[in-house]
Amino acid sequence: MHMHKFEKIWLIFGVGALLVFLSVLGVSAFYLGNQPPSCLATIDQEKVDTLPPFNEPGLKKVEGKDWDYELIFVAAAFAYTPGEVEVPLGAKVKVIATTKDVIHGFQVAGTNINMMLEPGYISEYVTTFDKAGEYLILCNEYCGMGHHMMTSKIEVVE
Amino acid sequence: MGIATEKLNVDRRDGRLVMAHFYVAFIALAVGGLAGLLQVLVRSGKFELPLGIGYYQVLTVHGVVLGLVLTTFFIMGFQIAAVSRTSGTLTNKQRVIGWIGFWLMTAGTIMAAVMILLNEATVLYTFYAPLQAHAIYYLGLTFVVVGSWFDGAAIILAYSKWRKAHPGTPSPLLTFMAVVNTLMWIVATIGVATTVLFQLLPWSLGLVDRVDVLLSRTLFWYFGHPLVYFWLLPAYMCWYAIIPKIIGGKIFSDSLARLSFILFLLFSIPVGFHHQLTEPGIDPAWKFLQVVLTFLVIIPSLMTAFSLFATFESFGRSRGARGLFGWVRELPWGDARFSVPFIGMLSFIPAGAGGIINASHQMNQVVHNTIWVTGHFHLTLATAVILTFFGISYWLVPHLTGRKLTKAMNKLAIIQGVLWAIGMTFMSGAMHAAGLLGAPRRSSFSEYGGAPQAAEWIPYQIAQAVGGSILFLAIILMLYIFINLAFFAPKGEQDFPVGEVADEAEKAPMVFENWKLWLGITVVLILFAYTIPLIDMIENAPIGSKGYKLW
Ligand SMILES: [Cu+2]
Ligand SMILES: [Cu+2]
Repeated sequence: MHMHKFEKIWLIFGVGALLVFLSVLGVSAFYLGNQPPSCLATIDQEKVDTLPPFNEPGLKKVEGKDWDYELIFVAAAFAYTPGEVEVPLGAKVKVIATTKDVIHGFQVAGTNINMMLEPGYISEYVTTFDKAGEYLILCNEYCGMGHHMMTSKIEVVE
Repeated sequence: MGIATEKLNVDRRDGRLVMAHFYVAFIALAVGGLAGLLQVLVRSGKFELPLGIGYYQVLTVHGVVLGLVLTTFFIMGFQIAAVSRTSGTLTNKQRVIGWIGFWLMTAGTIMAAVMILLNEATVLYTFYAPLQAHAIYYLGLTFVVVGSWFDGAAIILAYSKWRKAHPGTPSPLLTFMAVVNTLMWIVATIGVATTVLFQLLPWSLGLVDRVDVLLSRTLFWYFGHPLVYFWLLPAYMCWYAIIPKIIGGKIFSDSLARLSFILFLLFSIPVGFHHQLTEPGIDPAWKFLQVVLTFLVIIPSLMTAFSLFATFESFGRSRGARGLFGWVRELPWGDARFSVPFIGMLSFIPAGAGGIINASHQMNQVVHNTIWVTGHFHLTLATAVILTFFGISYWLVPHLTGRKLTKAMNKLAIIQGVLWAIGMTFMSGAMHAAGLLGAPRRSSFSEYGGAPQAAEWIPYQIAQAVGGSILFLAIILMLYIFINLAFFAPKGEQDFPVGEVADEAEKAPMVFENWKLWLGITVVLILFAYTIPLIDMIENAPIGSKGYKLW
């Protein structure tokens, strides 16, 4: 099978660029720890309200961890609890969320917080809120009639 | 390709089978296009659906009818035509199998459609559990898939008959490509068939109480990514093997075309996790592995891009074109059979770049489930692929109905393609931009409690409505052209173009036809990418979910 010289050059260049790109992703993921939300913990979705930490949704200060706060959210058709929360500027926060019924999304618009909430699983993401302002939380996975009404709000305050 | 050209016309009996597929496909285009128009209008915030019709019901129609019905019917019809043209008329037995496939698919489509219209299946075309549709909806979709296997069987049987009659000779290129796509489709649909038959159907019938949601999603996305390559490869068949003939040039390299199709077969399936990057329950190392495998399709994509432009350039230069881009002027821009698919090829450049962003491990979080993704696949499926399908219809429909594409229709077809490009630039461009600002996909119009961020999205949603309306006009034009070519165009002979190879002496290596080898590697890659994560998923599964009907 014969390959044109220009095609060889084109493919060597393309594959080279691809290798560089994948190395960047790999170093970011495994060395810098930038992994997508992939929490492996499970929960009984029908008992969420009685199980910690979800029995007390909202912001909690924690000690002795890599993050300063834990921000607990419970999703259910078609609302999040809490419906509104304040976070101090610059706080390193672990967002911990789950659903009581169907699949929901958990997206904080304008940030990198974007994760699926699936029944029986806990979703987590650690982030730092370093810009003051009001952030809209919304459901970005279809969950029924009221899907587009499902919101909450994070207020990052000084 | 001496043997391939010995028979120049698709037999009328095969033609009727193909046209049956196309009628359903274009009815689907009409219904799905109307649904799309309603969606962009609702989402602009200036229009409400009448008669208590729900936005998500319309969205389900749009996804099912365009993503599953239009594509599957058109592709199977086109592939049957390509095989019949290049490997000879189907035997009676093969044709009967094809008709069984067609009727199963049609029955399944009607079952699913009735359930959607009765509002018993407003679960979108991805039907993520634990939203629970009526059992007949799942059964209908199963019929569509099983029917497509029958069509696939007819294609594979025709291919093996040709192989037996021509030992030691590589099969005709278009037949080879149709077989690769069919095999990929069969391996991929095993995933969705498994979740529907063993999880969703028993659960919706009440035979079991609970369903494993993550397992079901994983099986769906095992199918969901190769699904997009199942749409794309028939467009590639046209670009690689038909367009060269239309412009009067040659296929750049038969062997490299085959190699790239084999690479698509290998790397399209073990990659579904790139649709599940933000979900819990899957170890990020396995996600990363599938991200790497996903990016390997870049290699055949680069080969494809090179081949196409090499064909165009060599053709232009053979006509005496000079300078770096002089050959561009030599291309037959006035021929809709070339120019409309060419718009599709161009759209694949930004579409591919967007795809790289979507699949990259971390950047995915910025765009996941935002309307950016919708913008992305309206460039891939709804521009690159569909404009190529339209470009195929311009000659294939009259070829099969014994009519001709007239000058007037050709002109209309070009207008249709340009209108499509303009509409899609507005719609997809606005979707990409709004998505980066956080606007979600699959959501009805909402002001999100007056949130200032949501207010920023509204101008983009109006741009989407403008673009979507232009696209709807283009769809009406396309339907008009289709009806003309099927029933009213003047009788005549319209050619089925099949490209010839630049270097006749170079025979494709027979190793490409070694299906045990390629399917073997495919299976090994799938097992490598999925076995351990699936075992983890099943071993650590939560209690499972009861069904919900929240619409
Ligand atoms: Cu929701
Ligand atoms: Cu994909």
